[in-house]
Amino acid sequence: MFISALRTIWTILLHAFHKRETVLYPEQKPYLPPRWRGRIVLTRDPDGEERCVACYLCAAACPPDCISLQATEDEHGRRYPEFFRINFSRCIFCGYCEEACPTFAIQLTPDFEMGEYNRQNLVYEKEDLLINGTGKYPGYNFYRVSGLEIGGKGKGESINERPPVDTKSLLP
Amino acid sequence: MSLWLNIIGILFGTVTVAALLIWLERRLLGLWQDRYGPNRVGPFGILQVLADMIKIFTKEDWVPPFADKPVFVIAPAIVMATVLISFAVIPFAPSIGIVDMNIGLLFFLGMSSLGVYSILLAGWSSNNKYSLLGGIRSAAQMISYEVFMGLSLVGVVALAGSFSLRDIVAAQIKMWFFIPQILGLFVFIVAGLAETRRLPFDLPEAESELIAGFHTEYSGMKFGMFFVGEYIGIILISALIVALFFGGWLGPILPPLIWFVLKTFVFVCFFVLLRAALPRPRFDQLMSYGWKVMLPLSLLNLVVTGAAVLAMNGL
Repeated sequence: MFISALRTIWTILLHAFHKRETVLYPEQKPYLPPRWRGRIVLTRDPDGEERCVACYLCAAACPPDCISLQATEDEHGRRYPEFFRINFSRCIFCGYCEEACPTFAIQLTPDFEMGEYNRQNLVYEKEDLLINGTGKYPGYNFYRVSGLEIGGKGKGESINERPPVDTKSLLP
Repeated sequence: MSLWLNIIGILFGTVTVAALLIWLERRLLGLWQDRYGPNRVGPFGILQVLADMIKIFTKEDWVPPFADKPVFVIAPAIVMATVLISFAVIPFAPSIGIVDMNIGLLFFLGMSSLGVYSILLAGWSSNNKYSLLGGIRSAAQMISYEVFMGLSLVGVVALAGSFSLRDIVAAQIKMWFFIPQILGLFVFIVAGLAETRRLPFDLPEAESELIAGFHTEYSGMKFGMFFVGEYIGIILISALIVALFFGGWLGPILPPLIWFVLKTFVFVCFFVLLRAALPRPRFDQLMSYGWKVMLPLSLLNLVVTGAAVLAMNGL
């Protein structure tokens, strides 16, 4: 018992020369994996339009109910959120909104440095959330692959889509 | 005049060093646990002490309504007072030291016995079962470890022929006493650890079992006094180890005070190392270790030393 205590003391003493485990954070940034669930952004499609179609699925999936939005339509029939608000003082960064999103609009990013002195500053509006890129899915454009008819794109003009069959014609 | 200078210097010196020890211990623990410890506030984080002091002075100083108030208030003062008074007999250098008593060592032992009252009264007056358990543990621990703490020092006294710490240091000019008294040194270190309630023997606190033991109900500067008292206790025990076994201020080239401080510093670091390395024993293990191992060891040391001293003096 006494010998093992001495050995322990010696081993611990040698630890003075080991490499430190601590990451000196503000000077030395830690590696964050690309799938890190951090600050939430709203992405745009490759044409630079908002991807969000205001379907409310993210708000429905959100466990602490921190997402709030209002759907509206433009003159072409394209849906978009009139406002989109995330209260990050409630957000638990679970990523359910990203999983629920049918258009890859809402995405979580590897950034956690969101500290604020004023709680109200943690409520992010749409202009704070929107970014100018496509995020994780570069080529994806919801309105190019969906069958929906909106201004500038008729029925059957989407990618991988044939023109609709004219059921009243007898021609093959 | 020079006496007052000594008193004020030693008082402020010890209290300041004890406060700095909080920082030193955290840095050293970090060093041995592959971390850094507090390194943000000021150079090397040394101003952490100041930040901690500001914090602890501005905390609410609360006395629980169920406590025995006068005893509750006086308990932390006792621990500070007894360890600080013990410093009166420590010879820092030939000319530095408050009083040279011919019973200096006994004075220290008496004061350290009185220190137990602080812990016991704190545990009792808190009127809380965990505090009481801590107080009872400390009483049992101190009583059993004080027995062989005294016995382990008798060998040194026999070799030096005096209870005065100055005479004991002076008697080590030829050979430091840790060579003939290696067993006594070992027993004294263990007893000293138990006496200061440091980590392998911190059963009165035992935060994993008793919340914080005897100082569960304490807050603010009353808690701080227990804390500082513990650190002054570490310095005291280290200084005594140096004075009794490692030649006190004796040493080449450097001035005596520097030698004393350096040696004491090494032992303070050693105490922190023990905290980093050793786990806390169970209470029954602590007691059986004390009575079945340390007491026979110190008695053996006493008998051998006595025989050797007798033989050298030519019967």
